[in-house]
Amino acid sequence: MREKIIELQNITKTYDNGFTAVSDFNLYVKRGEFITFLGPSGCGKTTTLRMIAGFELPTEGKILLNGKDIANLPPYERPINTVFQRYALFPHMNIYENIAFGLRQKKMSEDVIKKKVKKVLELVDLEGFEKRSVATLSGGQQQRIAIARAVVNEPEILLLDEPLGALDLKMRKEMQLELKEMHERLGITFIYVTHDQEEALTMSDTIVVMSKGKIQQIGTPEDIYNEPKNAFVADFIGESNIFNGIMTGKLKARFGGGEFECVDDIEEGTLITAVVRPEDVIITTPQEGTIRGTVTSVIFKGIHYEIVVESGKNEMVIQSVRAPKVGEYVGMKVDPDNIHIMIAEDNTNYFMVDINSDHRLEFNGKILDTSVTKIIKGSRRLENGSIADSAGEVIDPQRTKISAAIHPRNIQMTDDISAGNVDGYISNLIYKGDHYSYVIHTDLDQDFIADDEYLWNMGDHVGLIMPVDKMTFKLVRK
Amino acid sequence: MHALKLTRKSLGIPYALFLLLFVAAPLIVLVYYAFTNGQGQFTVSNLTGFFTDPNTLGTLCYSFAIAVTTTVVCLLLAYPTAYILAKSNFKRKSVVVMLFIMPMWINFSLRITALKEILTLIEGNLAYYPFLNAVIGMTYDFLPFMILPIYNTIVKLDESLIEAAKDLGADERSAFFKITLPLSVPGIVSGIAMVFLPAMTNYVVLDMLYNSTYIMGSLIGSYFAAYNWHGGSMIALILLGIICAFTLATKGMEDEDGSAAGGALL
Repeated sequence: MREKIIELQNITKTYDNGFTAVSDFNLYVKRGEFITFLGPSGCGKTTTLRMIAGFELPTEGKILLNGKDIANLPPYERPINTVFQRYALFPHMNIYENIAFGLRQKKMSEDVIKKKVKKVLELVDLEGFEKRSVATLSGGQQQRIAIARAVVNEPEILLLDEPLGALDLKMRKEMQLELKEMHERLGITFIYVTHDQEEALTMSDTIVVMSKGKIQQIGTPEDIYNEPKNAFVADFIGESNIFNGIMTGKLKARFGGGEFECVDDIEEGTLITAVVRPEDVIITTPQEGTIRGTVTSVIFKGIHYEIVVESGKNEMVIQSVRAPKVGEYVGMKVDPDNIHIMIAEDNTNYFMVDINSDHRLEFNGKILDTSVTKIIKGSRRLENGSIADSAGEVIDPQRTKISAAIHPRNIQMTDDISAGNVDGYISNLIYKGDHYSYVIHTDLDQDFIADDEYLWNMGDHVGLIMPVDKMTFKLVRK
Repeated sequence: MHALKLTRKSLGIPYALFLLLFVAAPLIVLVYYAFTNGQGQFTVSNLTGFFTDPNTLGTLCYSFAIAVTTTVVCLLLAYPTAYILAKSNFKRKSVVVMLFIMPMWINFSLRITALKEILTLIEGNLAYYPFLNAVIGMTYDFLPFMILPIYNTIVKLDESLIEAAKDLGADERSAFFKITLPLSVPGIVSGIAMVFLPAMTNYVVLDMLYNSTYIMGSLIGSYFAAYNWHGGSMIALILLGIICAFTLATKGMEDEDGSAAGGALL
């Protein structure tokens, strides 16, 4: 096995304002690998890259380069070079000066520099451009000069921060292949950052999927695509149909309104999440289909048709080269191989509830319509007004808290902010076939998960009504 | 009677009149007087006279020396200030910049009188160090004009350029001299233009400090006070010529946005 060139151990980055951009990040990269950090905006991928480059210092953790901890080394002492998102070419220098900059810092002789610059310009297909000024180049050309400027220093690791973001589609696809070729030719380790999953799947040896500062999954492009480890990865990579379901027997699962044969041997009765790619759904006659439904939309996308079939409360998105007619009643079936089953994440919400001086339960400034004695089994009120638990010990409001739990399906989302136990803004949503699963971020810096049939928008301000009788409680002594 | 058509051209008429009355006409008058003598005849004696009279020539050089020194002092004081301010992380940077500009809201004559008192307190008699006092007075007046364009240029510098330099092996010092400094030159040029030119023609500073005719501005004043319109006009024209030459020389090197922002604050 190739040796590890760089290893990130327990890397965490928290900013002064309390925001944690990266949390407990653990990863090793093999020499010569092309590895990509993939994730939506704000997931921490660029922050991690900048920590490897040296522009940010990790709050915790170690970065080992060939075994040595470089976490506190300034960027100019690391054998690592970066290709920036907006190229960052020096406007007051011509192309030759730009590329020669790093070599000059290393105090090489002019002859050697001249040869190296010429060679690297050949590599990026821009021979003869030495005397040109930066402003006269197109976006794609500037991009290649930025790459040349980094690569000419022969770094151990090349970092690329969404370098193709500013290019048009055709140019981007060309550059993707060129970068892959360059990687193979030079043999340098590439660490690439992007939010474009197609780009990641095309170029990488390994993909690290990130969300909210944490690693969601690490694997080869095929692994990530075919075997996503959780709903986030399944939703982010490629188009997916995601359903909540349950195992109904050996290699049998019920979801989407039908019972399917699958290849995952999970215990009967386990709640599961099933993922089916749109291109794996076969449209057939209603009799032959495992589930049936009506076609509600057919859109031509060039390479295929995008077809939506509604069956009962469920919606299935299908990609096919042949399209049925809108309104047609069809059957759908899926090869067991193409159904990916994951054990359902326990999305129960946990939060802390206070006991106030009147021995009433308080959450977010509002009194809950119940009492300590009702929710804690075996507790009773004493003569002096305080409350004792089942073991007879007095419950001290100051030193005891109650841990409450409520399931997403029992939370009701509402426009009326004041009606809810707590309120917040929708920060994420995933479609689960017959309902949406929302993540709501509150002022108390907590995230709640709520399920709702209806479509709310990202960023909506919602109130969450949490019926007390649907909560479960546990006593927690400090 | 036809209604006045509000075309774009016709909207320009008021400004054209203004230019004619307050810019073109005085200039024509100036040129007329500069090239004529007391009898109304055309002559270049005013021009030659200026450059042969040691008094007037001396005044020109003295003005020049004061202006250059003031400019250099302002640059040396303003650049570090502007740099530190631009790179700082204050939440309300613009407020701090305002603090530097605020003295200008107080009438300059008042400020220079106050400065006169302070300098007299320190030196005893202002006449001992005329050059130094002139430079101090002008620096006091013009420093914000140097700080502002430099600050604006540095603050707008792309941070990733510095990061790229460090990424390629340059330490903080190297990155400053190779990237920040060269790229802040437009701001420096703007600042120099905004200090040097007024310093060359400044009249009030020395007048209030000394009541003297050591510099160009006061020289013109003294000529006119003696009713020598021709000589005075020629001096004014020469000054105008120097300014034009300087402006043409630095054309294109200025940071237009920076000085515009500075001007807007005034």
